[in-house]
Amino acid sequence: MMLILLLLIPLVGAAVLAFLPGRIRYGLYVSGLTLLAFAVLACVFDYDRTERMQQDVDWSWIPALDIRFHLGVDGISLPLVGLTVLLTFLCFVYLGRHPDKHPRMLTVLLLVLEVGMIGTFLAQDLLLFFVFFEVVLIPMYALIAVWGGPERRHAAYKFILYTLLGSALLLVGLLILGVNAGTFDMVALAAGHGTGLSHTVQVTAFLLIGLGLAVKAPMWPLHTWLPDAHTEAPTVGSVLLAGVLLKMGTYGFVRVALPALPSGAETWAPYLGFLAVIGIIYGSLACLAQTDLKRMIAYSSVGHMGFVLLGIATLTPVGVNAALFGNIAHGLITGLLFFLAGSIKERYGTGSLEGIGAGMLARQPHLAAVLTFACVASLGLPGLAGFWGEMLALVGAYRPGAGLPRETFVTYMVVAALGAVLTAAYFLRLLSRITHGRRVEVAEVADVRPLEWVAWTPLIVLTVLVGLWPKALLDLTDAPVRALMGG
Amino acid sequence: MIVLAALAVLLPFLGAVGGLLLGPRLSPAFDFTRRRGPELFAVVPVGIMTVLTGIVAFQQWWDPGVRDRVFATVPTGTMPIEFGLSVDGLAAVVAFMVGCVALAVQVYSVSYLKDEPRYSSYAAFISLFTAAMLLVVYADDLMVLYVGWEIMGLCSYFLIGHHWEEAANSRAAVKAFLTTRVGDVGFLLGAIVLAVGAHSFQISTIMRNLEKIPHGTLVAATLLILVGVAGKSAQFPLHTWLPDAMAGPTPISALIHAATMVAAGVYVVARLYPAFVAAPVSLAVLGVMASISMVGAACAALAQRDLKRVLAYSTISQLGYMAAGLAVGAKSAAMFHLITHGAFKALLFLAAGSVIHTVGSNLLSEMGGLRQAMPVTFVTMTIGYAALAGLPPASGFFSKDSIIEAAQLTAFHGGEIIEPSINATIPGWVSWIVYLSLLGTAALTAAYVSRAWLMTFFGAGPDGAHEAPPLMSRTLVALAVPALVLGFFGLGAAELQPHFGSAGLSLIFVAAGAAVVVLAWRDDPVLDPARRLGPVRTLFERAFYVDDLYDLTVVRPVRRLASVVAGADRTVVDATVESTVPAARGLGRLVSLPQGGNPQTYLTGVLAGAVLLVLAVVALT
Repeated sequence: MMLILLLLIPLVGAAVLAFLPGRIRYGLYVSGLTLLAFAVLACVFDYDRTERMQQDVDWSWIPALDIRFHLGVDGISLPLVGLTVLLTFLCFVYLGRHPDKHPRMLTVLLLVLEVGMIGTFLAQDLLLFFVFFEVVLIPMYALIAVWGGPERRHAAYKFILYTLLGSALLLVGLLILGVNAGTFDMVALAAGHGTGLSHTVQVTAFLLIGLGLAVKAPMWPLHTWLPDAHTEAPTVGSVLLAGVLLKMGTYGFVRVALPALPSGAETWAPYLGFLAVIGIIYGSLACLAQTDLKRMIAYSSVGHMGFVLLGIATLTPVGVNAALFGNIAHGLITGLLFFLAGSIKERYGTGSLEGIGAGMLARQPHLAAVLTFACVASLGLPGLAGFWGEMLALVGAYRPGAGLPRETFVTYMVVAALGAVLTAAYFLRLLSRITHGRRVEVAEVADVRPLEWVAWTPLIVLTVLVGLWPKALLDLTDAPVRALMGG
Repeated sequence: MIVLAALAVLLPFLGAVGGLLLGPRLSPAFDFTRRRGPELFAVVPVGIMTVLTGIVAFQQWWDPGVRDRVFATVPTGTMPIEFGLSVDGLAAVVAFMVGCVALAVQVYSVSYLKDEPRYSSYAAFISLFTAAMLLVVYADDLMVLYVGWEIMGLCSYFLIGHHWEEAANSRAAVKAFLTTRVGDVGFLLGAIVLAVGAHSFQISTIMRNLEKIPHGTLVAATLLILVGVAGKSAQFPLHTWLPDAMAGPTPISALIHAATMVAAGVYVVARLYPAFVAAPVSLAVLGVMASISMVGAACAALAQRDLKRVLAYSTISQLGYMAAGLAVGAKSAAMFHLITHGAFKALLFLAAGSVIHTVGSNLLSEMGGLRQAMPVTFVTMTIGYAALAGLPPASGFFSKDSIIEAAQLTAFHGGEIIEPSINATIPGWVSWIVYLSLLGTAALTAAYVSRAWLMTFFGAGPDGAHEAPPLMSRTLVALAVPALVLGFFGLGAAELQPHFGSAGLSLIFVAAGAAVVVLAWRDDPVLDPARRLGPVRTLFERAFYVDDLYDLTVVRPVRRLASVVAGADRTVVDATVESTVPAARGLGRLVSLPQGGNPQTYLTGVLAGAVLLVLAVVALT
């Protein structure tokens, strides 16, 4: 019942607000309550049996098609749900000082978005998963289209059309999988490891599901909606888009595609890995030449998600652990980066590096220090969260799963590692350009404000803690990953 | 005892965190001590850490043996990462050296950066740097080692770029981080190859399982690790960041060049030495790399105009000595040189800092005649230079001599390493290159040392020079003692004792190198003796144009590629996506044509269809 509560709190909160006048503060309470519910869930979670679906809710939903309302949480879902409720709460904290237009509508949309995101990570039925997967699209579309920048209409259309196209393929793939396997239950599908599914079915279903998820992830070359969406989206939209929405794609791979379609995965993994490393190099090179802060962070997501996808493509427990670790790390760090980008853009009235100018360390030492921290974490410094996911993905690529071409993956490993150098290069270039240098006076010189500190500190602390103590996360994911991978 | 080692790592780390978070706000809180809070936060944890490393080293000396403990095991899906430390004799001694130098640097900095507004962040990064280096030294797991390894790179970035107002400093910092990061990636891949081959990330387990690893894998792993060593220890071809790193405050140079960072590279080779011995190809590569680095850097040092750059190139050259020692099997001698070099190079940099503090310039041409005005600096720096040049009885003489002795033995035996515990052979020509480079570098070192010494302390100089403040000069005296006497500590071990033949030969080379410079200087003490180099002077001063080469072959192509990719993302990848918009619109218009809303069109359609159907029926029946 904990899980139902987790979904109901934001849902009822949104519904009530639709009839009541309200402000951002109301959203803060509702998302705070959700966070509290998650804290209770984290307390009652049995950490000795992370591989088991806990807190099961299994109701009949559409009996004619044997589609069930099945929710559950294991060691893979728990951190992602935690990331979702935390980031949503922090978004409301951040919004507290920024009275935007239509605060009531914004609150409703964010809460609905939260329901969709939490549901995606809890759903244990293919169609329920798909429904939640789609629920997030409309609020995100509206967020970009109403509260976005000057080019918001174009970006919002592109976002929704592109991801809807992906969703259509995903739905077809899920139906092929469910109908051929005779069940839509994800736990049963994962336990079956593809038994009873012919090779052709698996290859087709994996391709369709994979394409649908890859648009979301995003995988090169299906990424071009992302820079536009991020550049135009309001700060909270960017934070949730990068922090949670992208993870839904890679989570789908781990939860659905890999365990249920092992033979399809084996066929497509080398291609997936290839596109993943292209994404790493391509994203980093594109970052090196960007002139807009938010656009640069958006492209950096392409590179980082490339590491996550590479981990998945290795089809090894270590690679999948890497992917899940990378998911959380990227959510924390890039969430922080987009918060920062939003605050910088608000202060300077522009996101272009030229317009921001040099010498931020002299003008706003705290803001520049937090930006430096976020960049350093994002470039994968060992001891901070970003490192472990990348490093484990390389380990996985060095010895990929049985049946995969070893030489190919070793090449991927080397190329991906070179991508890590390029990642460092563009973040240092960014820091050099805007934080270093002599003080240039501009109109507003406000440093970090108290509410911003409140919104950012949890992300900073978690980045450090997860980086220094990776055991906390890997202990959670290792057992369920081994179970899903059939080891 | 292993808990003491863990505390030694943890204390400076906590000091750094405290210093970074609280910063200058500490001052009022510690007002009663008449010392500013940040200084206490900087010096006290490092001081306790030094004592702890001292205790650990003493225990290790009293009762030798390997002590290790795993604090946590991290599952990864394959072999686990063991968060553990391990202390053997080597680790204990190196850690103690790191502690002493770090403490000296912190104490010296209190005075050197007295009026610096960003002192607390500066001191915090020194503490973090020290903690990271100690983690490298004590770590018993390749990944834990790598964490320290790369945090050092980050700290060097922050410290070199401490005066980030100047674009040049910012560039130097970025260059240091990126160049070492290239090496680090090599190291990480090498560590993964080694660990997967041995089925463990734990160093002690890997060393036990070496024979289970295929030879090719071992060679690949050690060569990749050498890339990382070249990056950190500033060896050719990844050495170019070190001379530019002089942009940082002078005490930082002492820290980077003596105790941390550059020492980490050669230390790691020693730590993983059994793996290298099992792959002699890598030893040979290390030998060649070391030879190029030591001779090339010594030549470059001969022509530099900036005192700190002279010392920087001398570091590359001396690290070449250590790497060469490791290549010919003289592990103890190489580590001995690491320790003595730590002492005398820290001394030299801090002394150079005192000189620069007074003169207000880094340029040798602005200095001169300082021996009367700065007696303490003069005496201590002379000791440091003597040790660097390898003059007896200074420490450098003993450590250099034992390396040369080992190289000579190996060369005379056609590359076979004459060391009872090591069974390996490197190619004969490599051993000869190493041996001759060592001797040649001895002469070159004596030459550039004499030049710098004469140009700083003799001849005519600036007016109004004065001795450095007591906190600084006392630190110099404290470091001069080990720089002078540390060599005698090696006499206990047979392989570290000086041998008449090789010592005599190298001293002849030293004397020759020094004599040439002194003669050139005596002709005209005002002019730079380097003028005698003639046309090659510019070549040496620009360090053989390696920087320009990299700019042309790496930096610019990557920049061009980046703008190509960013452009192509818009004009090709995204344009393809966007082109579906007109295509979809066109398709929509085409499909909507029959639904124009005109009843006449509909009726015509129906009629035409009926006619077609009738015709079809007629034709088919």
